[in-house]
Amino acid sequence: MGKHDILPQDDSVDEPKVSIKNLYKIFGDDPEAQMDAVRSGMGKPELMDQTGHALGLNNINLDIPARKIQVIMGLSGSGKSTLIRHLNRLIEPTAGEIWVDGEDVLAMDDKQLRDLRRFKMSMVFQKFGLLPHRTVLDNAKYGLEIQGVSDKEADERAVKWLERVGLAGFEDQYPSQLSGGQQQRVGLARALATDAEILLMDEAFSALDPLIRTDMQSILLELQEELHKTIIFITHDLDEALNIGDNIAILRDGEIIQSGDPQDIVMNPADDYITDFIRDINRAKVVRVRSIVKKGATGAGVTIKGTLSLEQALPKLHAAPDGCCPVVDKNGKPLGAVTLDGLIDALKAPESDGDDDVRYA
Amino acid sequence: MSFFTEFPSLGRRELADFKQGIDEGFRTFSRAYGEDLEAFFNPLLKFMVWFEKLLTDAPWPLVILCVALLTWLGARSWKITLGSILSFLAIGYLDMWEDTMATLAIISVATILCISIGIPLGILMARFNRAQTFITPVLDVMQTIPSFVYLIPVVMLLGIGKVPGLLAVCIYALPPIVRLTNLGIRLVDRDVMEAADAFGASTKEKLFGVQIPLALPNIFAGVNQTIMMALSMVVVASMIGVNGLGVPVLRAISNQYLALGLMNGLAIVVLAIIFDRVSQTYGKRLQAYRENGHG
Repeated sequence: MGKHDILPQDDSVDEPKVSIKNLYKIFGDDPEAQMDAVRSGMGKPELMDQTGHALGLNNINLDIPARKIQVIMGLSGSGKSTLIRHLNRLIEPTAGEIWVDGEDVLAMDDKQLRDLRRFKMSMVFQKFGLLPHRTVLDNAKYGLEIQGVSDKEADERAVKWLERVGLAGFEDQYPSQLSGGQQQRVGLARALATDAEILLMDEAFSALDPLIRTDMQSILLELQEELHKTIIFITHDLDEALNIGDNIAILRDGEIIQSGDPQDIVMNPADDYITDFIRDINRAKVVRVRSIVKKGATGAGVTIKGTLSLEQALPKLHAAPDGCCPVVDKNGKPLGAVTLDGLIDALKAPESDGDDDVRYA
Repeated sequence: MSFFTEFPSLGRRELADFKQGIDEGFRTFSRAYGEDLEAFFNPLLKFMVWFEKLLTDAPWPLVILCVALLTWLGARSWKITLGSILSFLAIGYLDMWEDTMATLAIISVATILCISIGIPLGILMARFNRAQTFITPVLDVMQTIPSFVYLIPVVMLLGIGKVPGLLAVCIYALPPIVRLTNLGIRLVDRDVMEAADAFGASTKEKLFGVQIPLALPNIFAGVNQTIMMALSMVVVASMIGVNGLGVPVLRAISNQYLALGLMNGLAIVVLAIIFDRVSQTYGKRLQAYRENGHG
């Protein structure tokens, strides 16, 4: 049985785990014929009007680092579910490249592709995708069964993972007897049991109600602290993206419009679309102190860590005599200082450049 | 103006020649291959004779015991088991035992034959749209063409007897199992299929691990329909020499024996009800997972 807490080997190498290059997907009768037009800049609505083809993905370039949670976020119709299905080729691209661990996924034959899906990538689905005629245990070991793992070992591993996601004792039930949250735990256990390094999560928590959703996010983060998998997580929920993402890529009309770490997106939204997006988030919880630090400054208050959220830092700043606290990074190195005013300033949602009256008229 | 009042049909002579040509052609074919075909079906015939003898020769208490056991295993219901025991006792008491056994024999063989041909055919149809395009009209013809019409070539080829009777029954009873297998597989949830794909399941693993198990309710409805349709063909089959409950019914029709017709007809109904209840409850039992659903 594999140990799951072994630290990955090549921590130093910056080689991305998954690399997507110039990826295009056009839906329609003759997608290849539209490639020239799309390459020369034709957008989604024009392509639809002129040729009746739908532009699913438009020149996607994304490097996904190993052992991090990469969130791909967008509203419905933005192409995010299409994108994730390209990684294990549930959908074939019209043009472009997909590399996983330096291997060209599009060059794989059926057998290699099956092995990729069996051993390297596992997937969690929005609608769970559980097999209704199998018990919870048999569902959790489905991937192992297909890998050809012996029945006994598969049972042991499946039981272990069901336990890890908090479903001990449910082994003999059928999916229809479980709640949505429990069903998705089965889906998660099934995906984790295969020991695949890459976990694809397609709106995995979107069908759950908000409390259970946060619950599942914590489970995922807890597991990730130990497992260090490369997780590609699709969501339409910005709070969720900010909560779990190490990196976030925002997709609109099949194009990535901003990609970076969550702080970056919140503090420096690339355009009005994203500004609108982040307008309603709880900035006190999301923005970290390190994002608003004034370099070189210092203060009379207690020293605080840059990873604290503004909400957590507020009482300390308030207590400081001059309303100013020195900030250090997670290793204790001084970063500068924050002021109470600076903090309050950061709580204001950014204004979009466009004229609101016009845009919403 | 006669063009408009009389349909411009083929001349009488040409038509006669046309029909004769077909008849002659088929007769030549039947003369050339009839014996080979009979030889081909010979093992089937031997099996049917053996099976019918087995049922009619076996001591009746043993047969009833077997029936009770099978219904119990299938349905797990005392009511259905008791009902079938009582029905068989009544059938025997009214002196229809042998005919019932003969009917039971041909229905069983026909059902097994239909299932073993129909399910693979249904899978093929679900797999390839082209297969569906070709097979569907054939099934339509099989279901709607009057059975007497295909009895003619069957009898011309194979004479009268058990095998042509069996073929006639199967032609009529095959379509539902094929259709419902196809439908059942096509109705399997796409999300579940996608999950199987994402975990790297091969075509075979998807078929036997996901599609067939999830299509079982429909496949069972198909088996059930096939049995019912086979039973409804009993009287027609008896016209071309198949033993069983159809023979007395036929006699009753030509002689206006009301009681005889009614009794044997009802015996067919009783068989149908037993088959139906057992196969349906068995099908339901297979999908216990659908119960107490959260939705």
